[in-house]
Amino acid sequence: MRAGGLFHVGAAAILVAGYAAAASGINDYYFYAAYIVLQYVVIATAWNILGGYAGYVNFGSAGFYAAGAYTAAILYDLGKPPLPVMILGGGIAAGAIGLAAGYLTLRVKGIYFAIATLALAVVLETVVANWDYVGGTRGTYVLRPHHAWGFVNYPRALFFTMLTLAVGSVVLARAIERSKIGRGLAAIRDDEQAAESAGVPTLRLKLFAATLSGALMGVAGAPFPYYVSHLEPGSAFSLAIAVNAIAMPMIGGATSWIGPVIGALLLGGAQQIATVTISSILNLLIVGLLLIGFVIFAPQGLVGLFRRKRQ
Amino acid sequence: MSPQLLRVENVTKRFGGFVALDGVSLEIAEGERLGVIGPNGAGKSTLTNCITGLLRPEAGRVHFAGGDVTALPAHARARLGLARSFQLPRPFHSMTLAENLAIPRDYAARHDPPEPRALLERLGLGAKADALPRSLTQIELRKLEVARALAGQPRLLICDEAMAGLSHAEVDEMLGVLFALNEGGIAILMIEHIMRAVMRFSERIVVLDAGRKIADGAPDAILRDKEVERAYLGA
Repeated sequence: MRAGGLFHVGAAAILVAGYAAAASGINDYYFYAAYIVLQYVVIATAWNILGGYAGYVNFGSAGFYAAGAYTAAILYDLGKPPLPVMILGGGIAAGAIGLAAGYLTLRVKGIYFAIATLALAVVLETVVANWDYVGGTRGTYVLRPHHAWGFVNYPRALFFTMLTLAVGSVVLARAIERSKIGRGLAAIRDDEQAAESAGVPTLRLKLFAATLSGALMGVAGAPFPYYVSHLEPGSAFSLAIAVNAIAMPMIGGATSWIGPVIGALLLGGAQQIATVTISSILNLLIVGLLLIGFVIFAPQGLVGLFRRKRQ
Repeated sequence: MSPQLLRVENVTKRFGGFVALDGVSLEIAEGERLGVIGPNGAGKSTLTNCITGLLRPEAGRVHFAGGDVTALPAHARARLGLARSFQLPRPFHSMTLAENLAIPRDYAARHDPPEPRALLERLGLGAKADALPRSLTQIELRKLEVARALAGQPRLLICDEAMAGLSHAEVDEMLGVLFALNEGGIAILMIEHIMRAVMRFSERIVVLDAGRKIADGAPDAILRDKEVERAYLGA
């Protein structure tokens, strides 16, 4: 209970520190960069709920992320609701897609789900690229609101929003991991038939995980239209999102909530630095090399390395 | 005669053109010890899977604890008190032994579930409660299978070749465990190749051959049965 209390105090402290930073005179650039890193904390944590806890690999994270972003853009067009409403809408839309995709594919094991998620992202991108209402391949413009909830400018408000979403999704993932649901998901990951025979409603738990995982990815994508101002399929369905969503939990360690956080902070941070110092194209190459290295030398990720040292 | 616990009625299961079970019926009473034997490929494991719900039969019904469970998924049957051990041990590898037992305790047990540690103690695994399954020996893995099945408070335990590969002394030890459980009121369906074990353990034996039930009776009657002899030794 003490460790749990400490964790929640830490989570609150991060939010307070983030708020103070956003109110300070730090250069705007850092908030742009931090937004992306924090967005990956949400995406990696979301991926891990299904991929790490239950062992079902989702290759189509970009599809769920884009579903959130485009839902927000559509809501914007319909009447410019407040950002929290857009985030909620993005989460519901992406969660519904997760539930539907899960219902169609989660009855069969692993690989079919992986292929289906990959196909899903391609199908969604094709639909969006041919849908005039959201601008097709040209994309659509989304103008940021003038008021920034007391922050100096809107990017700082977006930074604080994403920080809140990141902390919230990590708190949620950790609570699930330690609950009866989390133990049931771990049993599914270890041996699905043995889990079912032990009374675990495997299909229901997988659908729950797929829905929540998809919803959180949609939540991560919903503020994106305001961040870029111009939303187009190329950036919303970016390969970087799908690759990072897998690489970050794998590199950090996929069996606990801290793994995706470490992976997202390290890899996301490294990518931001590489973008400035080397080139933005090299980013994915770095991720790819790191992923290969970790799969070979530390399949349990950094968390696994640390645990092995301790034992 | 105790009241009936499980009734399998004319269950047929096909895999493509292959008929694995061909209209098999059997019954188990509350607290009974039933043995199921048969040559390799006779349909014993398929029968287990049809009873527990991992496979759906093409025809026939399965009744358990007074209700028709044919349409229920495996996890719902586990909650009614139907537990099994797997032929090859299938522990949850990332969890300690105590955590392994917590899964059926949380998901299958109905009321007053047994404490995982107390259960492990009872099966002689108490010292390993916090160890991972990969550190266990063969017999310990078998015991873990049984312990995990028990954690769900079953009324019927199906042991699918729980003793294959064990030494003489280990088989006796395992039989001792199962006898003790049975005395506690749990009906046990033992699927086993080791004749010595099945004959000693079972009150009644069902013989399967090529997907059909060819005999059903007391152990000594089964040993004298001509058809059983032919199935095992050839005509």
